[in-house]
Amino acid sequence: MSKRIGMEIALAAAEAVALCRPDVVAAYPITPNTHIPEHLSDIVAEGRIDTDFICVESEHSALSACCGASGAGARAFTATSSQGLLYMAEIVPIASSMRLPIVMAIGNRALSGPINIWNDHSDIMSQRDSGWISLFAADGQETVDMMIQAFKIAEHRDVMLPVNINLDGFQLTHVVEPMLLPEQKEVDRFLPPYKPYAALHPDNAVSMGSLGMPDIFNEAMQAKDHALIRSKKVILEVWKEWEQLFGRKYEPIGAYRMNGAEVALLTLGSMGDTAEVAVDEMRSKGVKVGLLKLKLWRPFPTEELIKAVKGLTSLAVIDRAVSFGGANAPVAAEIKAALYDQKERPLITNYIIGLGGRDVVVDDFVKMVEKTIDARKKKPKEAYEIYGVRGS
Amino acid sequence: MEKAKKWPEKWQELNPGCMVLRPGSAREYHTGTWRSQRPIFDTNRCIKCGVCYIFCPEGCIHQGADGYFSADLDYCKGCGICAHECWPGAITMVEEG
Repeated sequence: MSKRIGMEIALAAAEAVALCRPDVVAAYPITPNTHIPEHLSDIVAEGRIDTDFICVESEHSALSACCGASGAGARAFTATSSQGLLYMAEIVPIASSMRLPIVMAIGNRALSGPINIWNDHSDIMSQRDSGWISLFAADGQETVDMMIQAFKIAEHRDVMLPVNINLDGFQLTHVVEPMLLPEQKEVDRFLPPYKPYAALHPDNAVSMGSLGMPDIFNEAMQAKDHALIRSKKVILEVWKEWEQLFGRKYEPIGAYRMNGAEVALLTLGSMGDTAEVAVDEMRSKGVKVGLLKLKLWRPFPTEELIKAVKGLTSLAVIDRAVSFGGANAPVAAEIKAALYDQKERPLITNYIIGLGGRDVVVDDFVKMVEKTIDARKKKPKEAYEIYGVRGS
Repeated sequence: MEKAKKWPEKWQELNPGCMVLRPGSAREYHTGTWRSQRPIFDTNRCIKCGVCYIFCPEGCIHQGADGYFSADLDYCKGCGICAHECWPGAITMVEEG
């Protein structure tokens, strides 16, 4: 039986990771993810898990240590935010190219500058193409569940890829929520000990991270891309098993009040919960509106998206990062590309909100839906809009 | 000269993460194919000091039973460091092909 807890989500995330019995945790503190490794270090110090906690001197070292540990066959975890992820960036694509099933929590935070410690998604979007599986949690429960699911997905022999779980800085990391924490024996049954495909060991020498010259590089990238695309099958299987064991359903794109919807919002991360309230409010006034909550960012669920938008006349894609000088913000660019080949597709508007922790309230979503409905009559001048900017 | 190792023809043949599962297999990759110049050793000038052997970054220079040195052309990339360091001037780099 799962235990019902009321806890700060970062601490609950650490509790969930501890249930997975990691062999190695290597992390360097940076707001707002800090409480995750901090609490894990407490758990290790209390002797509750048999884990090497490596206090590294930087995020670059944190992920490097995880790569070494994972290469040696250990279950490895790290966590970071914002500039920490950028400092780690040199190693991020190496972890996926070497097919090391490392799990990383990202307490999403704006990239400087101006210096800002609050939430948006510019950190993970900078690492979008690094070849990691990328999940977005909308609340505390999803955070806890995804931490545990992540190890199972990452370590599956058909996947062997690192996974990052994105939880919005402060909006999730520092909020106390009621959550169900699975029991140790339930997690042990769900997640068996890690059996690596190959491990660094003197008795059975292998080389990892060798040079790949031009005559092999296309093939290596094709193999990496194939692995990431193919991982979706395993992700769906793991989510199915999770639902059977714990009764909580996970889908690449969650649907909220989509029955009969003509217009919909599409959100990533915690803003989905606020958008739900807006949808309820508008539905009570007869607006045929629904909400799509994207949980699986990489591999991108194109097939599920095509099904999810069937019947919609308009779709408002809500981003929390800017692709400066780009055609659209990251999520909308992806969605437009995925739907381009469809004969029938909704009109797509793109609003960028909540940058650097700017508050987003229910009324903002109502207004964005209204603007999206109006866009059918009068096409907006720009392909995207940073919503709520003073002076525009 | 042993036939140079063929790389996997198709991407499906790659090991996950391009892991190399067979120790010592790098010796089957003949980096000597990159060479555009080769070292020629003049035994009349060579004093058998071994400077070429010490400086070769590939470790492909060996001393023969007669005490003279030669480069293993399977792995010599033709960098010319041996010729540059050889103070008696016994090594000359000549164009390949």
